[in-house]
Amino acid sequence: MGFANLLLGFQVALQPYNLFLAVIGIALGTIIGVLPGLGGANGVAILLPLTFSMPPTSAIILLTSLYWGALFGGAITSVLFNIPGEPWSVATTFDGFPMAQRGESGQALTAAFTSSFVGALFAVILITLFAPLLAEVALKFGPPEFFSIQLLTFSSFIGLGGGNPIKSLVSILIGFILAVVGLDIVTGALRLTFGVTELMKGFDFIVAVIGLFGIGEILLTMEEGLSFRGTAATINPRVVWETWKILPRYYRTFIRSAFIGFWMGFKPGGATPASFMSYAFAKRFSKHPERFGKGEIEGVVAPETAAHAAGGASLLPMITLGIPGSPTAAVMLGGLIIWGLQPGPMLFKEKPEFVWGLIASMYTGNVIGVLMVLAFGRSSRRSCASRSRSSRR
Amino acid sequence: MRAADLTTALLLMAGGIVALWDSLRLGIGWGTDGPRSGFFPFWLAVILLLCCAAIVIQAIRKRDRRPFVTRAAVGPVLKVLVPATVFVVLIQVVGLYVASTLYMAVYMRWIGRHSWLAVVLVSVGFPVATFLVFETWFLVPMPKGPLEVWLGY
Repeated sequence: MGFANLLLGFQVALQPYNLFLAVIGIALGTIIGVLPGLGGANGVAILLPLTFSMPPTSAIILLTSLYWGALFGGAITSVLFNIPGEPWSVATTFDGFPMAQRGESGQALTAAFTSSFVGALFAVILITLFAPLLAEVALKFGPPEFFSIQLLTFSSFIGLGGGNPIKSLVSILIGFILAVVGLDIVTGALRLTFGVTELMKGFDFIVAVIGLFGIGEILLTMEEGLSFRGTAATINPRVVWETWKILPRYYRTFIRSAFIGFWMGFKPGGATPASFMSYAFAKRFSKHPERFGKGEIEGVVAPETAAHAAGGASLLPMITLGIPGSPTAAVMLGGLIIWGLQPGPMLFKEKPEFVWGLIASMYTGNVIGVLMVLAFGRSSRRSCASRSRSSRR
Repeated sequence: MRAADLTTALLLMAGGIVALWDSLRLGIGWGTDGPRSGFFPFWLAVILLLCCAAIVIQAIRKRDRRPFVTRAAVGPVLKVLVPATVFVVLIQVVGLYVASTLYMAVYMRWIGRHSWLAVVLVSVGFPVATFLVFETWFLVPMPKGPLEVWLGY
């Protein structure tokens, strides 16, 4: 049954228009991932309004492709510039940049992209297997179960948020209070509008997202005042081939990191802790822990595999339960509502072409993604060097 | 850090009190058909106030002397924040399109230091393009000012 559904999904994902959107999404995502301060969540938030005129399936394919692209792109700056484009590629800099300094940037990038691909593929296969089962269980949920899930989600935001838990709670409360503003749909009373007609509709989700992820991140980038000093990358088929011959040796790291990533990503908390944890485990189990931090290829493989497995896994609770596993998933969830879809287990029954199109697009998106970044690894360095100049203004 | 924590907490407390006040107006009790409109915002505001109080107490006890921002970092942030704020205010006065022309021109010349040709091309071309797309093609009304009125829109 699952297999037939997946075939249906591939029919959707392989339509020329959707393939074209996947390519566009990955290209844009890679650029966004390369730019520090602009992450997957920001990119998705900024592109969200563009998707309103598209069919929902195409829209989600564009946004998830953007997300994969951002995951790939984050690795490029970590290796070449020692600047993580994304929080989850911080651990990649530990060994990626030393490798680049030794002139092995091609190997480091190939290893990073390949392990990203493996991690994501692992997550997508697990999603294909488990999402229908999870949705089946979730269909039996009533109000008490949904309440518990929401409670668990918000509790884990506080528990895993890092920093001061009270401040995390305050942020959640601000969000709740903003959502309360406007017409109360149950009683019809106007809440917190104070006679301002513009407030009757409440705060639009897009406004909140652009403000938080867009403007906030740009200001943070300005504050950190980044400057770039990079090493050159040379990716050619020979380097890729040579690296691919070495990588199977680290199959244990691949498997371990993929599991860590999936397990961490499935819960809200996401890819960043997964990448660090996976790096720490790889070092712990390595025969040469002293080589870590000095340019060990395993130190690139571990965090990248985990980050991508986590990135994929964070979409699992989104499509099955309607709860976000990561900030990016949260923004996409908002998109789902705007496109007129009700996130949650009913999607599997009501919109199978959407859900399975999305799942199939994760396969196609990652294959396209890894081919694109390997093919354009060279030019992406040049373009991000020129972009860095303009973003420094 | 301490001053920043205190300021933020106090500002949020003010917001919480506003929410509290309005939910009292709406009624926080139980009506004939369930909780009344003020019930949910009331408790949100109460928890918010308690959390902010906790942050204030933490900040006073901790005496965190680390600066919230360094003097060197404030400049670039303000360079982005101030023009953006002025831009939003200007939209109300002269409309979106004129305001974005001014915003882009000032930003590109003052901070980007692009050539005048590029400044004029982008800052005039982009709003004209968006005007054509939104007003004539998609028919989405955007905030307009005297210039658009004069042009007959």
